[in-house]
Amino acid sequence: MSIAAVRSTTGKKRLLHPLPLRIMHWINALAIFIMIGSGWRIYNDDVLFGWLHFPDFLVIGKWAQYGLQWHFFGMWIFVINGIVYVTYGIVTGRFRQKLFPISMREVVATVADALRFRLSHENLTVYNAVQKILYLGVMMIGVIIVISGLCLWKPVQFSELSGLFYNFQTIRLIHFLCMSAIVGFVLIHVTLAVLVPQSLVAMLIGGPTVGATFTAEAQPPPAAKHGRINS
Amino acid sequence: MPIPIRTSSIFRPQNPVDRSAIRHSRALVDNFNRRQVMRGALSLAALTLLTGCDVSEEDSVQNALRAVSSWNDAVQAAIFRPDHLAPTFSPSQVVKPPRFNAYYDVEDVRPIDGEAWKLELAGLIEDKRPWTAQHIYQLAEQELIIRHICVEGWDYIGQWSGPNLRAFLARIGADLTAKYVYFICNDDFTESIDMASALHPQTILATKYAGQLISDPFGYPLRLRTAVKLGYKNAKWIKAIEVTNTFRETFWSKQGENWFAGI
Repeated sequence: MSIAAVRSTTGKKRLLHPLPLRIMHWINALAIFIMIGSGWRIYNDDVLFGWLHFPDFLVIGKWAQYGLQWHFFGMWIFVINGIVYVTYGIVTGRFRQKLFPISMREVVATVADALRFRLSHENLTVYNAVQKILYLGVMMIGVIIVISGLCLWKPVQFSELSGLFYNFQTIRLIHFLCMSAIVGFVLIHVTLAVLVPQSLVAMLIGGPTVGATFTAEAQPPPAAKHGRINS
Repeated sequence: MPIPIRTSSIFRPQNPVDRSAIRHSRALVDNFNRRQVMRGALSLAALTLLTGCDVSEEDSVQNALRAVSSWNDAVQAAIFRPDHLAPTFSPSQVVKPPRFNAYYDVEDVRPIDGEAWKLELAGLIEDKRPWTAQHIYQLAEQELIIRHICVEGWDYIGQWSGPNLRAFLARIGADLTAKYVYFICNDDFTESIDMASALHPQTILATKYAGQLISDPFGYPLRLRTAVKLGYKNAKWIKAIEVTNTFRETFWSKQGENWFAGI
């Protein structure tokens, strides 16, 4: 479906973050909080790395079985919400409009600007190349953590899937590394939300009004995109 | 109504129950009924309680989480593939000895006298005559080289042999349409599995590990070994098997572990 087609079918104005998207974002935040806290409790029962134990005040569940109960409760929220979110992102065209295209030239320029603290935050409605990569990346990690989680939960029932991994401990390691990547993402994401508070406000009340393409209407056409990075 | 005591069995008390016990257990019985109500009802309470964010094991939170755990039991039963085989391995991959697991340390294992030991049978079984170890050794053996996965996260490959549970249940005339197979163990441990898992081709009553009789810490003389459950479901030192339609909480499910625990 072309951009023109999207315009013609969904021409009405809307907020940068429409209500369903904000609801899904905060449900996801809650689900990730539950999954990571309980996951650390489960990890502590049989650690992958002798030097790493998560302190009791950071974990969810007094005992491992309570951690497991939380984990197998949170998984439903995370997976169901995630499926609805991805479907929404694809069907409304939001992903394609906000996360693509990504050019290497733009990535280099954005990183250079970031290192010189010259990133612009005036227009919340357009993501820079590093944001695009991080958002796409964390979504892919989300898919892998669900697949590896399914393989840990049901290595025999889903043996066709779990057989793709070397062995059971490898699946645990991949699940753990995905968790680490998500924790890294959350740290960056929350830090930037605090540094640019209007982005946090936008995720609470919706942000600026945008056109059908989810970008601000005053936005220059795609050909002039590079100009916004440090303007 | 008086309960007729048919045979002497560890499932039936030798002396009648003291009436005061019923009064004392009233709270427990009420609690059980509430649990039944919670069962299967994935209530919104679970979601609303979360906003409290106390993240504690308070009763209400626990009840909600247990309701979800029961729901997860049903989901696991629904996705269970009765004839789907777990991966098997070669004898060279077998870990010897197996890894110990119980709710106490290996030094506290109470060994069973194999000569005096008998396997008792109860419930929906036609031939309830007890079995001696020697009788069980005469049954056809099946060998499984399968992965043991502990709920804690560790795993190892083990080589187990003994009579196939489905064949054994058929031989003693068990009702194979019943819901549960319940195990009572020498260490006051109880465990039960759903009938579909009991009838899975990779579920055996193991008497041997790596070709030798199982040693004391690993369940001598008889233990369950199934490829489709987590480690803790594999009851060791079995002294009685009951086939039943009545769900009863087991040693670990009482402590909050998931009952179905399929893998």
